[in-house]
Amino acid sequence: MANDVSETDFGTSPDDVQFRFRDDEVADHAQVTVDSFLEQSNAAAVRIEPGDDARALLPHLERLRLIEVNFPSFGDGRGYSSARVLREAGYEGELRAVGDIGIDQLAYLRRCGFDAFAPDSKLDEADAETAFARWENVYQHAADTRQPIPNRRHANVGHE
Amino acid sequence: MYKYDSYDQAMVETRVEEFRDQTRRRLEGKLSEEQFRPLRLMNGLYLQLHAYMLRVAIPYGTLNSAQMHALADIAEKYDRGYGHFTTRQNIQYNWIKLEEAPDLLADLAKVEMHAIQTSGNCIRNISSDHFAGAAADELIDPRPYAELLRQWSSFHPEFSFLPRKFKIAVIASETDRAAMKLHDIGIQIVKNDAGEIGARFYVGGGMGRTPMIAPPIRDFVPLDQLITYSEACLRVYNRYGRRDNKYKARIKILVHELGADEYTRQVEQEFAHLLEQGVEPPLAELERIKPYFADPAFETGLPTEIDRSDPDFALWADQNTHPHKAPGYVSAVISLKPVGGIPGDASTEQMHLMAELSKEYSFDESRVTHTQNIVLPHVRIADLHALWTRLDAAGLGSPNLDTIEDIIACPGLDYCSLANARSIPLAQQISKRFAETGKTRELGELKLKISGCINACGHHHAGHIGILGVDKKGVENYQLLLGGSEAQDTSLAKITGRGFDEAGIISAVETVTDIYLDKREEGERFLDTYRRIGMDPFKEALYGE
Repeated sequence: MANDVSETDFGTSPDDVQFRFRDDEVADHAQVTVDSFLEQSNAAAVRIEPGDDARALLPHLERLRLIEVNFPSFGDGRGYSSARVLREAGYEGELRAVGDIGIDQLAYLRRCGFDAFAPDSKLDEADAETAFARWENVYQHAADTRQPIPNRRHANVGHE
Repeated sequence: MYKYDSYDQAMVETRVEEFRDQTRRRLEGKLSEEQFRPLRLMNGLYLQLHAYMLRVAIPYGTLNSAQMHALADIAEKYDRGYGHFTTRQNIQYNWIKLEEAPDLLADLAKVEMHAIQTSGNCIRNISSDHFAGAAADELIDPRPYAELLRQWSSFHPEFSFLPRKFKIAVIASETDRAAMKLHDIGIQIVKNDAGEIGARFYVGGGMGRTPMIAPPIRDFVPLDQLITYSEACLRVYNRYGRRDNKYKARIKILVHELGADEYTRQVEQEFAHLLEQGVEPPLAELERIKPYFADPAFETGLPTEIDRSDPDFALWADQNTHPHKAPGYVSAVISLKPVGGIPGDASTEQMHLMAELSKEYSFDESRVTHTQNIVLPHVRIADLHALWTRLDAAGLGSPNLDTIEDIIACPGLDYCSLANARSIPLAQQISKRFAETGKTRELGELKLKISGCINACGHHHAGHIGILGVDKKGVENYQLLLGGSEAQDTSLAKITGRGFDEAGIISAVETVTDIYLDKREEGERFLDTYRRIGMDPFKEALYGE
């Protein structure tokens, strides 16, 4: 993975993206850190680390095409909240999960609003397909458009 | 009690398939043990000293007889003929084979049960008052709210990789039987001045290394905002809870470090935002759940007195029953603390019997208590003698509820890979000693709790008398604590002084109980006397200082 920590070549490239759920062209923009982004820039792509406050980006969502959220370790779940915060604020650009991502995080990440995935190590395509499709229903509201079970129960009159 | 619809059933079956797939990938080597570990933990599977241990969720501690029979069958089929009921109203099996775990989960799913989120850094099984729906003193049955929270927290996409585990308890009476303020979130269902039902939130309690009593952060959350408010509490924690040190990662540390006021301010801000996001399930969902917890068809005109001619029965009936809201009924507590036994353990045969008795005498329902006993919530007083006779014949008739023999103990070094010392043999010896000297009855209510390490699974901070096992240069050593309570008068126990060896701690417990018997005033429990006279007289007797 292209992951040199420099201002000009930072974050993942389109080649690193293994799964994508968008029809637009893959955003290929050099990314900057949240701090750099806020200081300068006219950058259209930014990379969020677990300790960054995603809400700092909210005034600038209009010009962002790509937000990459890094998971240095899959057990650090702050990126899930970052993603939802961004989607709840109306961000519609690419939201790319990168880093230590495994098969068993895919469904959760997807529900939190991620629509592109660049795992450190490529995942088994068949296992990933199964994981994305596994849950026919969900219990709670999140950043996707799926109708939660409690809502379905009361929308579908006649369902047992 | 709650019954799954096709959605709930599909969710647990999907989980079984997911876990089967995860296990396959682990056995094929596609997942390393490091990668598999959090996945199996989120399904309650631990690797212990001798084998895998599986913790099965019993939501808010409620079981029907088919479920209790299934737990008995699982003990027979996959374990060594017994199970262990836990302080979070769950059951654990100690001798599980990884290859068989998916089949075990499939067996559970057939009776609407699962092991979802019984471990891992996620929202755990929701616990509640074991007398819910039966107690004479409750405002309303808290379990519909617990069920709503169960569904919301199951596979929550944002909160499955929290800084640390997260435990929620829901009660609805002033008397706290669920150690509510020692949870990450404690919810008390209350009525406001306008007569509306809502939820009072306490956040940031817990035991472990750094015990804390949860401060109240909101007096009243309307019922149609319950999930949204919970979501706000969790989001602030997920974003800002410490992740640099696992011993400081629980929400109690965040609330403590920010201060309850600042934490509350952040939650309120997040809450205001989330109210606009459509997070809340429709209120109709709560109304759908409620009838599942409607009262069973209680009879009227029943006798309210027992025949006291059999003194052994009278003793049990006095000690092991709790007042019921319906005249002619009581809640009967089956003690899983036989003298010299392992606290919380039940054999396959005993589980089958308890299932049968719950069907025959308690409207097909039983409960697990956080004190590791079983409750038959709705028993006719007129049936108590017949019930007791059958319990007693099966070794389940110990009349020792809330006495010094009713010990909470963690599995300790006999099973647990984290423990520093054994807990079970200590519990066995203490209950034997007090049964032999006959002091149990004289001491009255006395809550003794034993943990085999600082993680406090045996709730030693909350014991009237607590015992903490530590490792002292390779030798088991036990510290004595006094003055804790997990009830509505929640308090944290204090250490008496230097620790004791195994024989010494048992004598030390006798010493402090003798001080109590000597100093108590009319009507005082051990805890009351301790609170009145303080630590010094106990220390003097223990250490001669």
